[in-house]
Amino acid sequence: MAKTSAVDWPKQLYQLLVREKVTQVAYVPDAGHKRLIELCRARRSMRCIPLTSEEEGVALLAGAWLGGARGVLLMQSSGVGNCINMLGMIQECRFPLLVLVTMRGEWGEFNPWQVPMGQATESVLENAGVIVQRADEAERVVETVQSAWRLAYDAYRAVAVLVSQRVIGAKAFK
Amino acid sequence: MVEGNFSVSQRITLRRRRAVASILAPRGDALLVTGLGSTTWDAFAHGDHDLNFYTWGGMGGAAMIGLGLAIAQTKRRVVVLTGDGEMLMGLGSLATIGVQRAANLAVVVIDNERYGETGQQETHTHFGVSIAGVGLASGFRDAVTAYTRAQLNDAIDLIYDGQGPVLAVVKVRPESEPLTLPDRDGPYLKGRFREALLGRASGP
Repeated sequence: MAKTSAVDWPKQLYQLLVREKVTQVAYVPDAGHKRLIELCRARRSMRCIPLTSEEEGVALLAGAWLGGARGVLLMQSSGVGNCINMLGMIQECRFPLLVLVTMRGEWGEFNPWQVPMGQATESVLENAGVIVQRADEAERVVETVQSAWRLAYDAYRAVAVLVSQRVIGAKAFK
Repeated sequence: MVEGNFSVSQRITLRRRRAVASILAPRGDALLVTGLGSTTWDAFAHGDHDLNFYTWGGMGGAAMIGLGLAIAQTKRRVVVLTGDGEMLMGLGSLATIGVQRAANLAVVVIDNERYGETGQQETHTHFGVSIAGVGLASGFRDAVTAYTRAQLNDAIDLIYDGQGPVLAVVKVRPESEPLTLPDRDGPYLKGRFREALLGRASGP
């Protein structure tokens, strides 16, 4: 049974990105990220960059960091598989990276084509040198992303936060 | 000037090292990202520079690195110097760049129609695919293919003075040049670039 959570975690994430002075938000849109993308697009200090493939965002944010800018990469779990070789550059050069991944293929999934990448996401990211953290409840999303942000931009690591399908599936905002 | 032309019939006479030297000579304080392989060796042969970010991997990503850098540093010219094989692997990025209308970004493709590091196999451009054509269709403000010295000179004006994003494809002969290899330590290349651009206290 879905929890009737009143936690507006996309809004909380948006406020976190504002606090952390993010200027580049790269994404291939996903339903789970719809509200966060809308909020970021409405903010003039954030450049929102739609990608034709998620791997573009990995390279984009490396370039952003070279230029002194901080960014975030939004994608669905299906996009993780498109990023693997580019993540090698992130690992080799020790670029900070924060990826927010909305999960498919793991909680009440109806589309079988989503299941392989959904089930592989965590191990594939870890094998590519990315620290993986999970948020399985709406109330925990922003604190997990805040922690991941610190790892990425204070400890200079590549980090992915997997937002559980259980969070996305449940109606988390009014 | 050949623009977006699906053509296999023009003679290619330009030499890559001379072309790259001409392209980089007027760079001034432009920031440079080079695609892996031959264009990285070409740029280093012209002269090392802290504001050269050489890539030795991440094939397909060079133009996107340039875009992220261009958005972060709107007051600086950003030049991406890459090869046809690397650019072909990131063709979608031309659409992403076109949509962003990055006015300070120039993508330069040294097109020898070959994969230079793996045995000189022909790339798609040898069979008529026009990277400049893809650029124009993707929203680049200008995209040209240069076959002659005169066309190259016009392209160089575009690279530094054209309102971007601009794309210049320079057709060169498929010759092997001396292997002039820059440093390949990623953290070092990243750190020295950031220090040169952002100052000493910028961190890694």
